[in-house]
Amino acid sequence: MSKNLRWKVLTILTVIGLSVWAFVPPQDKIRLGLDLKGGVHLVMRVQTDDALRVETETTADRLRETLRTQTIPVTGITVAGPNEFRVAGVPTAQDAQFRQALVDIDLIYDRSQSLTNYTFRLKPSVVSQLRDETVNQALQTIERRVNELGVAEPVVARHSAADQILVQLPGVSDVNRAKEIIRSTALLELKLVEQGPFPDEASARQAFAGNVPPDMQILPGRSEGTAGSAPTTVYYAVRRVAAVTGRDLRNARPSLDENNRPAVSFSLNNEGAVKFGNFTQANINRQLGIVLDGRVYSAPNIQSRIDSEGRITGNFTQQEAADLGLTLRSGALPASLTYLEERTVGPTLGADSVRAGVIASTGGLVFVLLFLLYYYKLAGFNAFVSITTNLIILLGLMAYLGATMTLPGIAGFILTIGMGVDSNVLIFERIKEELTGGKGVKAAVAAGFDRVFLTILDTHVASLISAAFLFQFGTGPIRGFATTLTIGLLANVFTAVFVSRTMFELFLSRRDQPATLSI
Amino acid sequence: MRIFDHPNYDFIKWRWHAFALSGLVVLAGVAFVVSRGGVPMGIDFTGGTIVVAKFEQPVAEDAVRQALAATPGEKVVQSYGDAADNQVLIRLPQMGDENAGNLDEAAKSVVQSLGAAGLPKFELLSQEIVGPVIGRELQLKGIYATLASIVGIAIYIALRFRPAFAIGAIAATLHDVLITIAFLALFGYELSLNVVAALLTITGYSVNDTIVIFDRVRENMRSARRDPLEKVVNTAVNQTLSRTVITAGTTFLSVLGLYLFGGEVLEGFAFTMLVGIVSGTYSTVFIAAAIAIILGNRQGAATAVSGAAVKVKTATARRS
Repeated sequence: MSKNLRWKVLTILTVIGLSVWAFVPPQDKIRLGLDLKGGVHLVMRVQTDDALRVETETTADRLRETLRTQTIPVTGITVAGPNEFRVAGVPTAQDAQFRQALVDIDLIYDRSQSLTNYTFRLKPSVVSQLRDETVNQALQTIERRVNELGVAEPVVARHSAADQILVQLPGVSDVNRAKEIIRSTALLELKLVEQGPFPDEASARQAFAGNVPPDMQILPGRSEGTAGSAPTTVYYAVRRVAAVTGRDLRNARPSLDENNRPAVSFSLNNEGAVKFGNFTQANINRQLGIVLDGRVYSAPNIQSRIDSEGRITGNFTQQEAADLGLTLRSGALPASLTYLEERTVGPTLGADSVRAGVIASTGGLVFVLLFLLYYYKLAGFNAFVSITTNLIILLGLMAYLGATMTLPGIAGFILTIGMGVDSNVLIFERIKEELTGGKGVKAAVAAGFDRVFLTILDTHVASLISAAFLFQFGTGPIRGFATTLTIGLLANVFTAVFVSRTMFELFLSRRDQPATLSI
Repeated sequence: MRIFDHPNYDFIKWRWHAFALSGLVVLAGVAFVVSRGGVPMGIDFTGGTIVVAKFEQPVAEDAVRQALAATPGEKVVQSYGDAADNQVLIRLPQMGDENAGNLDEAAKSVVQSLGAAGLPKFELLSQEIVGPVIGRELQLKGIYATLASIVGIAIYIALRFRPAFAIGAIAATLHDVLITIAFLALFGYELSLNVVAALLTITGYSVNDTIVIFDRVRENMRSARRDPLEKVVNTAVNQTLSRTVITAGTTFLSVLGLYLFGGEVLEGFAFTMLVGIVSGTYSTVFIAAAIAIILGNRQGAATAVSGAAVKVKTATARRS
């Protein structure tokens, strides 16, 4: 064996060895996709308009406050849309003073004026920045929640469209619980209750003669009810601006209330504790509204100054209390979420698919190899080795790169076998032709490989182009297919050209000048 | 051992017959698809719900249908996978509103109705809910990916070979995609993500075959400078015939294995591949090569740009 040949053989053995080492044992090393392992795939849209509306409402509230302290009387400040609010009836005499109050607002709002009325619109650049931030915040919140759920290898990522988020939870089968945990806004607000409870919304409005002050809002809530009677919905008039929100939470955990029913206890961070302490001190003997996602859960009387501890009671089951604690800990979502796509694969179907896929591809492989051995005799053994090596490298690279094996990916295996056969057949047929043309064995083999190399390169590049677009097109399973196909194609160039040729050279090096070739 | 011993079939002679046959099949396919109201789309592209349930004991499809009578919309109930597995697939059109956040209404109502109907116990094997927004997105992406992939390959061929060859390859690939879609419609398969993946693979596969022949044509042009393009191409097709048959045959048979034993989920994928392999092999020999000749000759007659084109010109001149 020449030194050159020895190096080639060594290279091949090293590649095989490394690949085998990378993917053995396959059940641990090869990452399975949701369609094979079972799990949930969710695509949701972040309603970024929510965040814009909050921004606009806050700005309008702040302006209202400023105008009040500077005693500039306006007819009204109304929020006209997620990114627009209007100020009506600015007194002409105080117009200059009014404009001075707008310094901060002008930075992010475009202002237009007609007579004494002003319209403010969020600047487009601010809108897109805010939307982007909102999606990122939602992404981080969801990530925290998913991590707390204890799912192994979850995916939380931005999806194709700008406001979409993709979540994949392998092995999760209780879809509804996962969905609820992910989508609950979990915005905790501690607000002062002005009046209430009222038995219905109309009577709540009645208390203000049908004209609820702009700094107040009517929220639904749950009455504690007397023991035994079913809880009913009641309404509270509460302050619009919260004293403390979930942002100031330090922790939230499931606990029990005085009646030993599941509840959620929370504690505030230092900043929140100061705010809450001052707030409760100033409002002793009034009602504190514990508002979660726009619903008053309870409205206890403030009996003394409270600094940092509180409790949310409600008609919770233990699971609900635990889940609420989880969502509160992970922080509120900056905007609500709607689901656009939801795919769940049960573990049974996944296991069935793996079995069927393995049977089909092993069957295909065995059939193809038998055919090659029958048709090409000894040379068929070369093809056998090169195709098997191809699959070993494919598995090894997939394990090494952490690529995901999906059901269409199994089809990718079968197509890789097909590509392997194609390359080998191309080469062998060419060698046969060269032999028929009167070339000696060594020359024919060399010519066969040399001539066909360009063809193999061209066909592989073309296939790689379509695999690239396939990857772009698909999510999850299809990407798995594109990945498998791509790695298989790359490995095939190595095995069909390098491995197979080395085998031929190995065979030919043993004899000085073999007269025939078993092909 | 050889399948063909010095094959020398005159494939190119049959090119007009082949065009007629292909045209007929494609037209019939398009007419059939149009008469059915367009390409049949699965829920991946239209939006909707698919629930697969596995019952503990055998159930009649009709009993399931009856249990779901109260659920609105046009439902499809069919057995899924092996008959012995007692699995039923239920497909429903889009129900809830994704903006209202109740996209899963259809799935929930199915589970409820099945549970209330007194059927044997069941578990949900899978549940797919696709909203119209995602459906539209996937539709666009699918069309974009298929076209982009064909164009990308065409550019590569035009660079590596000649523009005429690229047009031949595109025509052959489009031909394969159209015929495959027609067969999918004929056999009642719907376009799903997997099927589109298979279609994209077909574009790759079909071009693969074409390139092998074009490559041989290019090589032969260097050695057989005197021959007309028809003859060079025909020789190339014959020289690669064994390879074409062996590759197509083995790939077809292994995909057939996938079709028969690969499970329900991959059935549509495997079927698409089967049709595509047959069509791709046929179109390589009869469509791609023939179009390359027709365009190559015209190009050669018009301008003598490349050396090969000059040869074609002189060859045609010699014949006339």
